[in-house]
Amino acid sequence: MVLIAVSLGFLGLMLIAPLLVVFVEAFSRGLGVYFDALALPDTMAALQLTLLVAVIAVPANLVFGVAAAWLIAKFDFKGKAFLLTLIDLPFAVSPVVSGLIFVLLFGANSALGPVLDSYGIKVLFAVPGIVIATIFITFPFIARELIPLMQQQGSSEEEAAVSLGASGWRTFFQVTLPNVKWGLLYGVLLCNARAMGEFGAVSVVSGHIRGVTNTLPLHIEILYNDNKAAAAFAVASLLAMLALVTLAVKTLLEARFAGEIAAQRRH
Amino acid sequence: MQVRAENLRKQYVGIAALDDVSLTVQPGELVALLGPSGSGKTTLLRTIAGLEAPDSGTVYFNDRDLSDSRIQDRGVGFVFQHYALFKHMRVMDNIAFGLRARSKNKPKESEIKRRVLELLDLVQLSGLERRFPAQLSGGQRQRVALARALAIEPSVLLLDEPFGALDARVRKDLRRWLREIHERTGHTTLFVTHDQEEALELADRVVVMNKGKIEQSATPDEIYDTPATPFVFSFIGESSVIPVQIGNGRATLDERLLDLEIGALPDGPAQLYLRPEDVTMVTDGGPGIPGLVVSTRRIGGMRRVTIECGLARHRIEFDAPAEVPINNSQRLTIRVIGGRVYGSGSEGYETERLAASATSDFKWAKAEGWLDR
Repeated sequence: MVLIAVSLGFLGLMLIAPLLVVFVEAFSRGLGVYFDALALPDTMAALQLTLLVAVIAVPANLVFGVAAAWLIAKFDFKGKAFLLTLIDLPFAVSPVVSGLIFVLLFGANSALGPVLDSYGIKVLFAVPGIVIATIFITFPFIARELIPLMQQQGSSEEEAAVSLGASGWRTFFQVTLPNVKWGLLYGVLLCNARAMGEFGAVSVVSGHIRGVTNTLPLHIEILYNDNKAAAAFAVASLLAMLALVTLAVKTLLEARFAGEIAAQRRH
Repeated sequence: MQVRAENLRKQYVGIAALDDVSLTVQPGELVALLGPSGSGKTTLLRTIAGLEAPDSGTVYFNDRDLSDSRIQDRGVGFVFQHYALFKHMRVMDNIAFGLRARSKNKPKESEIKRRVLELLDLVQLSGLERRFPAQLSGGQRQRVALARALAIEPSVLLLDEPFGALDARVRKDLRRWLREIHERTGHTTLFVTHDQEEALELADRVVVMNKGKIEQSATPDEIYDTPATPFVFSFIGESSVIPVQIGNGRATLDERLLDLEIGALPDGPAQLYLRPEDVTMVTDGGPGIPGLVVSTRRIGGMRRVTIECGLARHRIEFDAPAEVPINNSQRLTIRVIGGRVYGSGSEGYETERLAASATSDFKWAKAEGWLDR
């Protein structure tokens, strides 16, 4: 009982209360201010950019994550432990530092920067930089979700498939992928939430150009610093709602397919 | 289809899983690969299947060199210990998988369905085609796995500890049933097992492996009656070992002469390997080895007695009729009437069948007080 009370109390204080504050503050000046804040051209631009970044970063990490997890879980090779550590790197390094790494990599004084510049490609303080930083930050989510799942399942189903004559691709799409689809979906949802919410690394590489390189989290900070607290919280409520929708979708899917998931785990 | 493995070698981080292994399996033969875990039996099976690549050596199917052949093209039916059924597919889709995966001569869907139902009938699972693997018992799952492997009309059937994950009764049923299927379909079949009873009961030929080498490859009778090495002797069936000394054509234990024929074994130390039936109790006061009973336990209609003999207290097990009372700490005299002696020659083991000696025919004295002598 005490334990339950403690954990519920902690959850309430650390998670639910801040979430409530976001919505309370967002509507503190009334619905008019709320919708005005959302309708600002800068807000719409930030929303569009955030969605664009997510649309690129999530599929990219879907491919990378599945490939990396497949490699690590199903094959033995030298340097596997090193690769695992690399995958965790974005978790271990502060996002701000990650952002700075990209500034160093693509900045005016770097080796790459002038070369790209001569071809007219702008990475830093532009959309490509934001996308790269986001892909880097969200890389571990899908791979980390899949690796333990794939390792636990072993390789015998794949071996059975190839011994029955199936090609590598057929084996992957008909055997491997269906076995990890729930983990994969969860990884994608988490990856998406983080891709839309990432602040630190994106803040460093974006340059904060209003209406051009501001994502939603950056836009919220700018509004807040401009003493437009209600507007800032209004935009923040958009992000918060994204998080809630993500959780709701996950819960719904789990409830809808509970039987199937249980059947897979039991085997 | 004849399966031939030549000089296979495979090394895992310092351990030789296969150490120059050669094996030929004749068409239609049912062969057991028997050995303790780590003996290389599963590696050999997986190498033949193409799931592992040997460091050196070659696998042939009917003189076709498979070195460059992908597993997909070998046409092997492989059955895994833990079934490896596709969990998200129904039984019928599991069995149809290999037929649908064909790039050439892919049968029509109606033909596939007919074939699946036929196989389900063969493995006695008709009516379960709509089930998922999670809705089946272990024995049923293994039958589905076998049907799935048979669906591709494999040139050889390879089974890795097929009954290892099942309980004893189901295992016995499936053994008999596998033998029937083999007789009906006639596939060249290899299966891996660590259960000597299973190997001896099921196989036409048993290949005993140890430490990456083949110790003996022979019929179940030969394996049991004339084990080629001490390892085979002790791995198959119950056995006791006592060290003996060979000299002047006689075997001695602690300088006490054993009444045994030892043939042409060279002088020096040797190991005498005994099965329980190679030892009897001396009740007529004749010569024998005195010992002390340390334990008795009931095995079926017999009583398995363990006694300690000689200065070094070597343990010997033998069977006595259950109706003869034998107690712990009791003194007994035993006589060795059979067994095998393995001399220590560096070029291998020389073995000699020991003939029963002296008073061969010997009746149990049931008269009261016979033990007091």
